[in-house]
Amino acid sequence: MQLRVRAMETVLAEKGYIDPAALDLIIEAFETRIGPHNGARVVAKAWADPAFKRRLLDDASKAIAEFGLVSRVGDHLIAVENTPQRHNMIVCTLCSCYPWEVLGLPPVWYKSAPYRSRAVSDPRGVLADFGVALPAETEIRVWDSTAETRFMVVPMRPAGTEGWSEERLADLVTRDSMIGTGQPKRPAGESS
Amino acid sequence: MNGVHDMGGMHGFGPVEPEPNEPVFHAAWEGRVLAMQRAITYTGAWNIDMSRSAQEMLPAPVYLASSYYQRWALGMEQNLLGKGLVSVDELAAGHALTPAKPVKRTMTAADVSPALTRGQYARPATAPARFRLGDRVRARNIHPATHTRLPRYVRGHVGVIERIQGCHVFPDTVVTGAGENPQWLYTVVFDGRELWGEGSDPSVKVSIEAFEPYLEPA
Repeated sequence: MQLRVRAMETVLAEKGYIDPAALDLIIEAFETRIGPHNGARVVAKAWADPAFKRRLLDDASKAIAEFGLVSRVGDHLIAVENTPQRHNMIVCTLCSCYPWEVLGLPPVWYKSAPYRSRAVSDPRGVLADFGVALPAETEIRVWDSTAETRFMVVPMRPAGTEGWSEERLADLVTRDSMIGTGQPKRPAGESS
Repeated sequence: MNGVHDMGGMHGFGPVEPEPNEPVFHAAWEGRVLAMQRAITYTGAWNIDMSRSAQEMLPAPVYLASSYYQRWALGMEQNLLGKGLVSVDELAAGHALTPAKPVKRTMTAADVSPALTRGQYARPATAPARFRLGDRVRARNIHPATHTRLPRYVRGHVGVIERIQGCHVFPDTVVTGAGENPQWLYTVVFDGRELWGEGSDPSVKVSIEAFEPYLEPA
């Protein structure tokens, strides 16, 4: 594949359709600046600031504009909140749509056939693959990203974090917790 | 099209296998493919729906056996050939053999930062929305042979309009050359048992983002 891709790039560059220097910068942005640390900051702020959380759930694209992310969101980012009654999970069964701006590029498993096929029909089974078990009465809400709207999950704030700074809270927010296949980390010393 | 890309509800793919400490790219060429796709889209040669459509039209065994970025590369080759931007001989030779076709613009290093902004797909409404919040709707039992964003697993099933997302570019017509043809977009939520049968997990609800032509009153 490597040679085939190099051949394509050479042809495109020689014909002036692309500039390899621009490609380098795109790759650098995705390797360094665009990643789940951005989403973690958003979730931490939502945990710490109830007014921001309301704005985020009301219009996520608008609410996160203030973060000045490298890759700004388009017009339809939607944040959905986990509660004791409802757990949210994000999938794209048709391809692999994912909120790149806040979570970076999707992991291989998110793009894989096992996840895309089962997330909608057996979400609890998928959660078990991740070692996550939820009470039987908790509603599992799966969002299939079949258009250009994009979703991110706001997980529940872990117990024992009262008074924490946003920066400290952000360290607890995992990528998978914002997809809905995981839970945030617990503060050290806190047991379930 | 009823392709293997439409995976919701299929059996037989095994467990999900998360990879600890996964790198952003697993090989350097993956990054080149991602960046080329961005740069070529910037020229206006095709849009995101046409990229998806090209991947979905790969032969089913090729689609299933290819990784995500392999599919991107193979789909991009098909679109480049289809639009006459490159020739088979050029891809085989790894060099340009004919003059370039004119494109709208080329992404330079200075364009990268603004170009990383996600495209905007919302469009002004041309007609009032047919459905309201809380309406019961049935996903149409349609089987277009070309690109569509209505997954098979909801077709014929009844759900409820939960959100109205405004008017958006309609992928089904973009790929056939019939234009953006903006349509109202709705979040439609289905009870798990409606989709997967009475014996399935009663705590599951699944939503899709459905364009208005995919829906009829129920």
